[in-house]
Amino acid sequence: MAVSQMIGASIKRREDPQLVTGSGRFVDDLPQNAVLHLHVVRSSEPHARILAIDTIRAKEADGVVAIFTGKELREEFQAPLPVTVTFVPEKAYPEQYPIATDKVHYVGEPVALVVALSRAAAQDAAERIEVRYQALPAVTDVEKAIQKDAPVIHESLGSNLSYDVKRAGGDIEAAFKEAEVTISQRLQQQRLIPIAIETRGVVADYKPFANSLTLWSSTQIPHFVKVWLAVILGIPESQVRVIAPDVGGGFGSKIRVFPEEVLTALASRRLGRPVKWIEDREENMRATHHGRSQIWDVEIAAKRDGTVLGLRLTQWLDLGAYCSQFGTFMSLGLLVAPGPYRLAAIDGRLVGVFTNRTPTDAYRGAGRPEATYVIERVMDLVAQETGMDPADVRRRNLVTGAEQPYTSLFGFTFDSGDYVAGLERALQVAGYDDLRRRQSEARKQGRYLGIGLASYLEICGLGPAAPTQANTGVSLWGMGVVRLHFTGKATAITGSSPHGQGHETTFAQVVSAVLGIPVADVDVVHGDTGVGPMGMNTYGSRSTALDASAVHISATRVREKARKIAAHLLEAAEDDVVYEDGKAFVKGSPAKSVTIQELAMAAFQTNRLPAGMEGGLEATTFFDPTNFVWPFGTHVAVVEVDPETGKVSIERYVALDDCGTRINPMVVDGQIHGGIAQGIGQALFEEGVYGEDGQLRTGTLVDYLVPSAADLPFFQLEETITPSPVNPLGAKGIGEAGTIASTAALMNAVVDALQPFGVKDVPMPASPAKLWQLMHRNGGRKG
Amino acid sequence: MRQRVSMTINGTNYEHEVEPRLLLVHYIREQAGLTGTHVGCDTSNCGACTIEMDGHSVKACTVFAVQANGSQLLTIEGLAQGTQLHPLQQAFWDEHGLQCGYCTPGMIMAARQLLARNPDPTEKEIRMGIEGNLCRCTGYHNIVKAIQAAAKVMGEGAERKAPATAPSARRD
Repeated sequence: MAVSQMIGASIKRREDPQLVTGSGRFVDDLPQNAVLHLHVVRSSEPHARILAIDTIRAKEADGVVAIFTGKELREEFQAPLPVTVTFVPEKAYPEQYPIATDKVHYVGEPVALVVALSRAAAQDAAERIEVRYQALPAVTDVEKAIQKDAPVIHESLGSNLSYDVKRAGGDIEAAFKEAEVTISQRLQQQRLIPIAIETRGVVADYKPFANSLTLWSSTQIPHFVKVWLAVILGIPESQVRVIAPDVGGGFGSKIRVFPEEVLTALASRRLGRPVKWIEDREENMRATHHGRSQIWDVEIAAKRDGTVLGLRLTQWLDLGAYCSQFGTFMSLGLLVAPGPYRLAAIDGRLVGVFTNRTPTDAYRGAGRPEATYVIERVMDLVAQETGMDPADVRRRNLVTGAEQPYTSLFGFTFDSGDYVAGLERALQVAGYDDLRRRQSEARKQGRYLGIGLASYLEICGLGPAAPTQANTGVSLWGMGVVRLHFTGKATAITGSSPHGQGHETTFAQVVSAVLGIPVADVDVVHGDTGVGPMGMNTYGSRSTALDASAVHISATRVREKARKIAAHLLEAAEDDVVYEDGKAFVKGSPAKSVTIQELAMAAFQTNRLPAGMEGGLEATTFFDPTNFVWPFGTHVAVVEVDPETGKVSIERYVALDDCGTRINPMVVDGQIHGGIAQGIGQALFEEGVYGEDGQLRTGTLVDYLVPSAADLPFFQLEETITPSPVNPLGAKGIGEAGTIASTAALMNAVVDALQPFGVKDVPMPASPAKLWQLMHRNGGRKG
Repeated sequence: MRQRVSMTINGTNYEHEVEPRLLLVHYIREQAGLTGTHVGCDTSNCGACTIEMDGHSVKACTVFAVQANGSQLLTIEGLAQGTQLHPLQQAFWDEHGLQCGYCTPGMIMAARQLLARNPDPTEKEIRMGIEGNLCRCTGYHNIVKAIQAAAKVMGEGAERKAPATAPSARRD
């Protein structure tokens, strides 16, 4: 395949031969000699004072090297764990340190550390530690948590309310005055547990006399971890190196600086020896943050013709026991709640509440699945109330291609796209009209088909730098280095830190396309703060739009310098030299060319360079785009609900996605497949359940249902391609789109199936028991 | 309390003194040094640790190392012949059947057993057959396609060799 066709080529991933043969190197697979093993003793109580921690018997256990309690470590922390602004600068929150000292606030909070010669020895010793607690009443419900008599989790705050603020745009009073239809609905976003199949893990190697720390972590954000380890532990940032080796999935669950990264580093520093901590699954389900856990109260103002005029929205966000690093990021959901629709007014209220549960933070989509769920349920509620077809309600409200670039009521300007065309294409592919006919036939036979639509518009990319700094507190941009070696091979260093997304392949395609060298000659380096400049890591579907763009710009700058060198070597004027497919030549004389390999060599033979030109062939780019990117599309789910069992079968799933330029369509499709599955998981299966006693009832994979292959169908993928004008590749993000759309599409289909039973909403997950009850209450079918 | 165990993994004999409580997966990873077999849960749900023991699929987190004494084991490291990938490994690569790759060794081992018992499975049989192996990245779409592709290749006789471990009665 010609290298010029590398953008858009479904070439196989270079990551895979290692991974399919068991030669991957995840944190627990790294070769280590003489490493000590850390076990974290965690709170068994949701809310309690620590009266005493007795470690005497544990210290005598075989193989124990050291035991530390929170009080013994407290003075070593020079700062608390980081918390970012993320859309709610008004919030009140407590400082969180990596380990509890006087009080615990959720089941799973670290209270003591055991370091031993083996993992088993550390766990044995941990069982001999006696923590005496004075139990306090637990708070597990956001609405009860802010009642006057509720037990206060963080005394310094005076209440469990972190914030209660307004976000409004447009004239909501006018919208409700004009409304012919008003609908109120409470929409639940149940608590989800992310479940990357690799749990978290850390190896820390502190060298005492050098005061230097190398830390391997299963993380999405090695660059942030490096900064915060330096700040919290008081080690010069230049002496801290963080490496994310192969990482077994993230989905947001590895997006924050975690207590255990600090604690493992601290144990290594205390002992002057390398220390390893590997999270087990039960621990993961309590100690790694959860997602969603919100309630949205919705009031809709609409007209009989389906026009949605305005929404009153309250987003209740259960922060859990602390405000996590990006804990309020999900508030973005309210700001993008209009989705791809023209909406004149939103009167929004954000309420953040502390509870005695595991803290919540970003989980795949983070705010955007919630927003899409709300607006897509709104569209279907309006359809149900007005008797219109759900597709027609969407047609009525979608921003059209002619209105682009459209500015939404919270001031976001969309980049590009014809959302109506996307909807129509998806309906056509799904055979929508025929599906409606089949549904009507099936109902006559007592079979319940449901058809669900979700038209989404996703904000992602994260930068640009200025609005991300203003709204999140972190200035976000892309970083890419392209370096040619003496022999003409290339290294690209990216600021992103992939964990399954295939950047080693797709970023190499970008360099290959620009420089005309084979993909195999481009090595892509990521996830190592010791190599290359600072990066902004991987989350928010940002890597291709920002970091691959930065790589693209660097490769282009390298090409330009190579062309200048070529002009010098060919004794031609710069403007007369062209560069094509890895060769430079004087226009019209391709026979006498200089290859990029020759030019790379010349770049390191500085005597051969034009006067004043520096040696080497390398460029570093910090890319700050002019806007976010806005992927969009329409998903169509077709389900059948069995009235005997309440079980949902997914008969068909059609996804139309527009993510702009697709560098590697095969990889893009893979991202969509996985995203859809995760969103279906929320719709049908997953729920992190706590008892009123503050104990997690779904604390293993026996109780928490992750979808299996038997639960899912093949997905039918369709596309439109509208390049984004805000980056040189024209790429939009695709890592979260599937999840953003599929939960809403599935739930709209489930509610649609149950229309004959007078059902207007089903709280997620749509479990068989729940649906069976809805189908059999009050004598069953109504229509 | 330690017991001597001896077993063959991918054709190589290993012998160690182990604690009776040591799980087979930890023996494979830590004593035999074969880290391709992963641990993803503590409850035998995720299947990341799937291997073959005497010709049967087992989740190596559900077997004690002492129970494998005298057994023939096959792990993901034993599938490829040098740089020649097993058809399932090749198909997972060709069909983009993996993303982060953490579940992949267990998934491939489970698929191998599935095809050993049912060389020409339907889509539904494949989905049911790998139900005990969780993947969070792929939505299983390309995993199912990869197993279909491998079944086709293996059925065409591209790999008619005997499995590396001979099937025998399951050990208790």
